[in-house]
Amino acid sequence: MSISTSIWIWIAALLTLMIYSFLYKDNPFYRLAEHIFMGLSLGYTLVILWYDYIIPRIYQPLFFSPHQWSLIFPILLGMMTFGIFSKKYNWLIKYPLAFYVSAFAAIQIPVMLRSWILKQVEASFLTPDKFSSVFNSINAILIFVGLVTTLIYFYFSKKREHGFGAAATVGIVFIMVAFGAAFGYTVMARISLLIGRMQFLIQDWLGIM
Amino acid sequence: MCSVYWLCWFFEKNKKTLDKCLFLIIKVNAMLIGILFLIGQIPTDSVFLNPPTNIIAMDAPNDRGEVIIIKWDLPEDISNIEGYQIFREAEEETLHLAGYSPVDRTEYTDQLGIKNNVEYRYRMRSISPEGIVSISSEPSLPATAYPQWFRMDYINVLAMVLLYLGLTVYFVRIARKGKKIFLRRIPGLDALEEAVGRATEMGKPILYVPGIWPMSEIGTIAAMNILKPVAKKVAQYESRIIVPTIDPIVMNVAQQTVKEGFTEAGRIDSYNEDDVFYLTSAQFAYAAGVNGIMIREKPATNLFLGVFFAESLLLAETGNATGAIQIAGTDRVAQLPFFVAACDYCIMGEELYAASAYLSEDPRLVSAIKAQDWGKMGILICLALGSLLSIFGATFIISWFTAR
Repeated sequence: MSISTSIWIWIAALLTLMIYSFLYKDNPFYRLAEHIFMGLSLGYTLVILWYDYIIPRIYQPLFFSPHQWSLIFPILLGMMTFGIFSKKYNWLIKYPLAFYVSAFAAIQIPVMLRSWILKQVEASFLTPDKFSSVFNSINAILIFVGLVTTLIYFYFSKKREHGFGAAATVGIVFIMVAFGAAFGYTVMARISLLIGRMQFLIQDWLGIM
Repeated sequence: MCSVYWLCWFFEKNKKTLDKCLFLIIKVNAMLIGILFLIGQIPTDSVFLNPPTNIIAMDAPNDRGEVIIIKWDLPEDISNIEGYQIFREAEEETLHLAGYSPVDRTEYTDQLGIKNNVEYRYRMRSISPEGIVSISSEPSLPATAYPQWFRMDYINVLAMVLLYLGLTVYFVRIARKGKKIFLRRIPGLDALEEAVGRATEMGKPILYVPGIWPMSEIGTIAAMNILKPVAKKVAQYESRIIVPTIDPIVMNVAQQTVKEGFTEAGRIDSYNEDDVFYLTSAQFAYAAGVNGIMIREKPATNLFLGVFFAESLLLAETGNATGAIQIAGTDRVAQLPFFVAACDYCIMGEELYAASAYLSEDPRLVSAIKAQDWGKMGILICLALGSLLSIFGATFIISWFTAR
């Protein structure tokens, strides 16, 4: 056993323990670690914003040759968000927000339609080549039935009666099976994160293993 | 003995002559070896490597330019060919190697350093595994890259958007004529009123977490849409809503949304701008901060609506431990199981998008939901018909859905 002599490992280990102390209950150590974490992340974000965005994307293109004067328009639009700090001019913020939300919606709609609907539907057709073996046939039919019944579950403008209700019930069964699989898979991933932190405490900090 | 004696005498007598002869033989041998070596190195079969023929260069369709596609016909004999070297030249570019293609390909996409509206010519030559190259092919006709105004490969997407818009307009007109459009119950949203009322009775605030993604995400837009009716209810009940955000723009939108909700309820005086605030942009620091708020402010109701990732279970577990009633909703399928496990009500996937229409009962929004349902029905019909027709070899429905 050789305890680490690095001050940074000690700080990281103590902060880890402070965060884990939340498992018992809220306490001053957790609060201290929480506020350090948030403060550091905020400071880090500011530095990243300054060096990765303000300097290369605003300062340099505007003040060094070749000048990109067209950048003035998005910069002005962005600066209008600062209107929020003024009671007189806080209406200015509506314009950049409207532009931002609508522009991204316009960009997202074709991408989403293509990748989330067209490609998914294309892959779900029951074509003869999907019945090449018994296993493949069962798989294809399960996927098809799962897709149809799940879509019916997310049908909002019709009452769930008779066959429609039964199909929606089958759909929720498929959804829950998928959730169960996703839950188990993700829990495994989270346990590996815990193992990583424990290894840090036991190996890097305490030097036991 | 006599013979040996005679040989020695002979070598002694003609030593210089013999030395000259020996050096001559060595020189001749060395030359012969050298010539043979060089002959061995000469790629005798190089003359049999033929370059590709019929090189055609063209602008890549449906893009923003800066890409040229090169096509060619394979040489008759490709048995000794490993691949093809592709050379490019332009007015301001000397002929240089621009790419390489494996032997069995007949197409290459050149997108390195291509400028729009510049004429490029291409030549190709075959190369063997030993590095032997053929002569160059004839140059292609000049090709120019340029951007297209319209992407023909997205024509099916455009058709779907137009169809959806047409359906939405149709149902909005029907709704405006006074016909009520039915929407089925969504239990998680029905519980919102109860959750807000409970918080008011307990004299505790409501925590609304709009996810950790910026405004560009549809899930965050949906979260903002739900925030407004929630804020309106909170204002009507004279309760308090806390909205910590991870993004400054989301904070701005959330402030405007909550303000509008309070204004619509006629309680603008109760609106506190400081209750809608920016926390931090780091995922787990944000989770730690929200957990701290849950522990210290002890909200009676936690609403997690928006886009969530690994922090979902951390938030939902802490909220569960504080005894708050929790309603969660996200379109991230991987996170839904955690919300299902740790929250009282869960709004799944598309229910999140339908929530704003459901809560507001606004005919325009409800009409959009109705149009979406028709879209789903259309997809189901296409799936059934396309699958059935594919048995008989008719695949036109499937090919319509194929991403080009």
